[in-house]
Amino acid sequence: MMQREKKSTMERATNRWAPPAQIGQLRNVAFAVGAIAAVASGIGAFLTPQRFVQSYLVAYLWVLAAPLGALGLMMLHHVSRGAWGVLIRRILEAAARTLPFMAVLFLPVLLRMQDLYIWSDPAIVSEDALLQAKTPWLNTTFFTIRAGFYFLAWIGLTTVLTRISRSQDRASEGLSAARRLQSISAGGLVLFVVTVSFASFDWLMSLDPHWYSSIYGIYYMIGAVLTALCLTVVISLWLSGRTPMDGALRPLHFHDLGKLMLAFLMLWAYFAVSQLIIIWSGNLPEEVPWYIERTTGMWKWFAHAIILVHFALPFALLLSSDLKADAKRLVGVAGLVLVMRWVDMFWQAAPSMHLHHLHWLDVTTAIALGGIWTGLFLTQLQGTALIPRNEPFLEEALQHG
Amino acid sequence: MSLSNSSRPLRGYLAEFDAPEKVVDAIHRVREEGYEKYDTFSPYPCEEMADAMDVHRSWLPFIVLGGGITGALTGWALQFLTSTQVYPMNIGGRPYNSWPAFIVVIFECTILFAAFSAVLGMFALNRLPQPHHPLFGIESFKRASQDRYFLYVESTDPRFDIHSTRAFMESLDSSEVTAVED
Repeated sequence: MMQREKKSTMERATNRWAPPAQIGQLRNVAFAVGAIAAVASGIGAFLTPQRFVQSYLVAYLWVLAAPLGALGLMMLHHVSRGAWGVLIRRILEAAARTLPFMAVLFLPVLLRMQDLYIWSDPAIVSEDALLQAKTPWLNTTFFTIRAGFYFLAWIGLTTVLTRISRSQDRASEGLSAARRLQSISAGGLVLFVVTVSFASFDWLMSLDPHWYSSIYGIYYMIGAVLTALCLTVVISLWLSGRTPMDGALRPLHFHDLGKLMLAFLMLWAYFAVSQLIIIWSGNLPEEVPWYIERTTGMWKWFAHAIILVHFALPFALLLSSDLKADAKRLVGVAGLVLVMRWVDMFWQAAPSMHLHHLHWLDVTTAIALGGIWTGLFLTQLQGTALIPRNEPFLEEALQHG
Repeated sequence: MSLSNSSRPLRGYLAEFDAPEKVVDAIHRVREEGYEKYDTFSPYPCEEMADAMDVHRSWLPFIVLGGGITGALTGWALQFLTSTQVYPMNIGGRPYNSWPAFIVVIFECTILFAAFSAVLGMFALNRLPQPHHPLFGIESFKRASQDRYFLYVESTDPRFDIHSTRAFMESLDSSEVTAVED
């Protein structure tokens, strides 16, 4: 133990990209906030177990988007080797490395499936021909096996890719590692898109098992990448004020991240609108109720808020190149989008669960999972050099700014 | 071609450089001297030169934005007016003013108008098309697209003087200063 600590301080002294020491304090704050909210949510779980697990599912899918999006973005960077990714790669890796914990945090959903998914209730299924026909796919055993497979795929990809990436800190053959990262990521992206699509079909779309939309998986996935990008912007601002990243992260790097945010925001809106137009045009009785439900009563205001605050406002702001290069203002937009991601998740999930108003558990579960996840993420970030030492494209990326 | 016996009007002076850093230094000197009507040429986009000239600001984004907004309004008006006023048609019982159906055309019109504004705006701001420019009469200027860097000060600049400007340009770290004539 002593020796290990000694070794890590040695490494810190020799590695100029070691993370700042203040990261530990930030992590503790995140854990403390998460723990307090978790205790409150725990009390709620005793008082109203069903409402707890419903709020929990929304918060979970909101938080899960961060590591998943980070994994996707990381592989996209390995494949494209864009200069934009070099300085944020370790942030994405740290985020993706929280996936094993996310697998553990999925257990409440698995254990309380019958409170969430009507297809898991035999009484309802026995009276519904359509649900009976879907039973080969939508049954609790297969659902659990699939969830295990998704996590296995994501954790496997993350482990392999971050191991190779960390080997770049030691070995001098950074380029051969970069080549391996590229070829693994190419196949990894295919696996990623398929598994994330099916995971969102299982966990989110099957809340309303009569309804289906084939674009839904991509819609959730792009939302996840947007979440990961916004988070990267926030943590990058924090890092840019401290050694060693203060000299490395410059306005042009934030400008790049801002451009990516704008692109993914538009892509997310593109999928949202595509789904709407297809379903609205088809006007079929098994598809269109999903939108009718979500554009009437209280949900109408959610829909308006999503169009205006999740899309129109950040879109208009991100058009400005001054704003994108100004890290502080960019973080403002990123924070807004992160909050709106939750609103979007709630708007999509809650009407299917027949929730008619907000509950304090919605807030506490979101803060609990958000805080705990941030703590886990910062723990991972603490244990890594912020830039791979033998990254072959580092000079290009630094000069780029 | 010397200064004294030329009958054609002088359009400016062109200084030739063999390295981009030298142009960057020269740009700083030119700006310190207060010249405004000058331009630089390099065989490839050179970020440092653009930085030194401080030419990142352009009206083009606003032209494109204006074009995009015009396109969106045009696309909306086209559909709204035809489907509610001019030629209302009952399609599957949907309301005449069905905004979800309008989105695609509005989006495409936005892109179309914004792209045209970008191209035409760029031409207008660069005062193109311009079939001829006196710089093309300079033999060595051909190397601006090969391996040389140039700085050109126009005679229309209020600070321009036929003798002192030449002397100033010769004091820069250039390999040659040429008089540009019509």
